[in-house]
Amino acid sequence: MDIREYIESGILELYVAGVLTEKENNEVSEAIKKHLELKEEVEDIETAIIKLTAAVSPKDAQKLYDKIKQNVLKEEPKVVTLPRKKTNWAAYTGWAAAVILAVGLFYLSQQKNNIEYELEITEAKNAVLENKIAETSRNLQKAEELVTLLRAQDITTINLGGQQVSPESYAKVYWKKDNNVVYIDALGLPEPPPGKVYQVWSLTLDPLTPTSLGLLEDFVSDDNKVFELQNPNESQAFGITLEPAGGSETPTMEQLYTLGVVQS
Amino acid sequence: MEQELLMKRIVEKDPKAFDTLYQNYSQSLLGVIYNIVRSEEIAEEILQDVFIKIWDKAHTYTPAKGRIFTWMLNIARNAAIDKTRSKGFNKSKKNLSSESFVDILKDHDNLNDQVDAIGISKYVTKLKETCKSLIELLYFKGFTQKEASEELNIPIGTVKTRNRNCISNLREMLLR
Repeated sequence: MDIREYIESGILELYVAGVLTEKENNEVSEAIKKHLELKEEVEDIETAIIKLTAAVSPKDAQKLYDKIKQNVLKEEPKVVTLPRKKTNWAAYTGWAAAVILAVGLFYLSQQKNNIEYELEITEAKNAVLENKIAETSRNLQKAEELVTLLRAQDITTINLGGQQVSPESYAKVYWKKDNNVVYIDALGLPEPPPGKVYQVWSLTLDPLTPTSLGLLEDFVSDDNKVFELQNPNESQAFGITLEPAGGSETPTMEQLYTLGVVQS
Repeated sequence: MEQELLMKRIVEKDPKAFDTLYQNYSQSLLGVIYNIVRSEEIAEEILQDVFIKIWDKAHTYTPAKGRIFTWMLNIARNAAIDKTRSKGFNKSKKNLSSESFVDILKDHDNLNDQVDAIGISKYVTKLKETCKSLIELLYFKGFTQKEASEELNIPIGTVKTRNRNCISNLREMLLR
């Protein structure tokens, strides 16, 4: 492109006047972008036209500045209100979210407390059940021991029958001679009155000599009513008497509840 | 390009960019508008409308459309011409439109330090009559080459080159 010729054509003056077609206008805009000389020429033309047209003004435009600026910028609140509303919405949404979150947290905290409380109860129940299991397991062990004992070959069983004081009473003695141990099954005896205790005696018959084997302590609380006592004697019979707490030196024969002879 | 930057800031509603726009172009636009409506009061109203429109429509401006000044000049001319065609416009003013901007300049006082109307008037009166008419039609009225050639009864090809000579003379007088 011949820059000089382009300038001399006068198209730049019409470009500044704004009277070219859209196509011509775009072409000139492109040419100005590429050539600084054209841009400078256009700026000079523009300056001259601005000076000329300004001189035709009836009034100093600076005197209108405040009023016009105020009225132009006053359009802005419309534009500004919208973002401000949006901000408010954002704030409301934020507060709403915060409230929902707080309620949610409170609910969760309550739920947690409830669950912890239920957990405590369950743990307590479990403890009780564990105790019962342990107890049952102990009872089972005792029962098994008892069964094992009764089935043993080398054991002597003696039935003690009810005597005058209490004809309904009965008891059994399982005597393991090898170990010098007797097991007293006292299930057939009534509960002793307060302050009294059953005392077990080993007897030899000729002459009649009683030897104390011991007391059936904790009679009430003992579940299976089987008591283990030591018996190193050559017993010929066993008897159970009701004695004052702590037991007696000699059996109180009036309070003889049960008596049984060892079958030889 | 500084023109694009200025318009970008206008689109972003930067009040300082408004100031720049106003300082650079308001006096010129007021002159163009006044030359068409010939009423100070109406011209002021239109100038305000033009700046409101520029403020609102800044996003529609693209450098491909031309200079910012040219874009605003078109808006101002169209607004003023629309006004002369409106119902409320005093028809008697229209008779004055036979006069050109030169008649306004003849007995004009200086507006401020920047606008030397008396000095410019001296130069402008020295311009050829064809130049005065071409400047009036192309810059103050927005006539196309074809419209101007018909109005002045000169060949269309002559409009461009003759106007070039007129503006060159004007530049010599005003910018030297």
